[in-house]
Amino acid sequence: MKLIVAIIKPFKLDAVREALGQVGVQGMTITEVKGYGRQRGHKEIYRGAEYVVNLLPKIRIDVAVDEANADRVIEVIRESAATGQIGDGKIFVTPVEKAMRIRTGETDRDAL
Amino acid sequence: MRLRSFLPRNTACTTIATVALCTTPALAQSQESNISAADTAWMMIATGLVLMMSIPGLALFYSGMVRKKNVLGTMAQTLLSTFIGSVFWVGACYSLTFRGDGSFIGGLDRLFLHGIGMTTTSPLAPTIPEMLFMAYQMTFAVITVALVGGSVAGRMRFSAFVWFAVLWLPFVYVPIAHWVWGNGWLMRAGLLDFAGGTVVHLNAGVAGLVAACVVGRRYGYGSDNFAPYDLSLAVIGTGLLWVGWFGFNGGSALTASSRAVFAIVTTHLAASTGALTWTALEWRTRGKPSVLGMISGAVAGLGTVTPASGFVLPWHGLIIGVIAGAICFWACTKLKALLQYDDSLDVFGVHGIGGAVGTLLTGVFATAAVSATPELPQGNAGLLDGNPGQLFIQLMGIAATLAWSGLGTFILLKIIGVLVPLRVSKENEIDGLDLTQHGEVLQ
Repeated sequence: MKLIVAIIKPFKLDAVREALGQVGVQGMTITEVKGYGRQRGHKEIYRGAEYVVNLLPKIRIDVAVDEANADRVIEVIRESAATGQIGDGKIFVTPVEKAMRIRTGETDRDAL
Repeated sequence: MRLRSFLPRNTACTTIATVALCTTPALAQSQESNISAADTAWMMIATGLVLMMSIPGLALFYSGMVRKKNVLGTMAQTLLSTFIGSVFWVGACYSLTFRGDGSFIGGLDRLFLHGIGMTTTSPLAPTIPEMLFMAYQMTFAVITVALVGGSVAGRMRFSAFVWFAVLWLPFVYVPIAHWVWGNGWLMRAGLLDFAGGTVVHLNAGVAGLVAACVVGRRYGYGSDNFAPYDLSLAVIGTGLLWVGWFGFNGGSALTASSRAVFAIVTTHLAASTGALTWTALEWRTRGKPSVLGMISGAVAGLGTVTPASGFVLPWHGLIIGVIAGAICFWACTKLKALLQYDDSLDVFGVHGIGGAVGTLLTGVFATAAVSATPELPQGNAGLLDGNPGQLFIQLMGIAATLAWSGLGTFILLKIIGVLVPLRVSKENEIDGLDLTQHGEVLQ
């Protein structure tokens, strides 16, 4: 099993969710995060005070998949989240040691 | 109520009625009152409007501009000012401000409103019940105390602010209000301050600046991100302040009259041009017209026109607003950056500077056309009406307010600082006033 972590632009969330639904991904965890990469922040001005805000709002998607589906899922995320502009985000993949469904106690592949 | 409005224009009837009233035991001891139902109704509304300026007007205006962790704490300062201000006002402060013949301070004959009955009137507001005049003036005292809190938002210990409210009201606000409105030396000298350019705005502004300097800058000031929590709260607060100001300036006519109407229109126009000017300047110099700039300009216009509102013509209000927007914009951006003081919410830059400029401009624009009354048929005239001497009286009022407020605030803060630390600890400041002073957190 693999845990796929995708940092994407917030407005792309619906597109990514829909695309993932179509390749059989039925659950995921969404977090509102802030971050930056090559995309620069913006400047805010309040009366005399100027603040350069380097942390940009992003959405983090955590989705656990079977190893066999991992590549397909990564490709689907990349296609649906890309805009071609700087700041599109990143995808990381880490191995999952164990998984369990809380309600039933099913483990590993049966829990995904 | 005037008897004439109820009885036919018949001298015999009027005489009989007057005699009957005067011989009634309860009324025989008080003067025949000239209470006007119209004036009373308007002033009741004005009182409500000005109270609304504090709660929730100023509470929202201020809180929207601080960081999330200090929103409730900032509101607490305005709330507390209302509670303390009200109780202490009816205790001794009203009496010391508006009674007696003293040049520097009033008398104690109205301690705890002693002697104010159903038909009592004050010579300063002869057509409304004195209870109402007292209540109206109470709302001014309340908001002035609350205004000062804006300068020290984010780092003043709540218990220290309680002490501040308790002491500053009687020792700083009361004397100045007595001098300017309570038949004190400035009023007798001819100072023109219709609704509080000196008493409220310059006073609060200077006190705020002194407090900001004595309490010190916020941790992280100049380097950390101090972006406002929610400017939409500040916009709502501005609306409540603006509408409430109709009561603040219009009600300072103390009558339901054309003068009140002129004051209201002048006020409204100054707010509008104040906002437009600040917005234009900001658009020009920083590239974008911010909403914070719009509301700041509006409040600058409102504060600046306050002393002039019942003495000048509406078109003067347009000009006063432009001047206010420009000077206060400069004060809040350039002057503040130059002097490096941490006046959190620009009480000095907007109210202090605005109040001083407005008081001076009153000496420029005051005109008999608006200010003539039956008691003063020649009205009040300023520079443009051929009376340049008025400017010196206005300057004297500004200087006196500045000196008393500045010195008084400084001394009081030093005294309070002996009783309880003025600031919260650095850790508490980082965690925020909401949690550390009040045990509450916005979720």
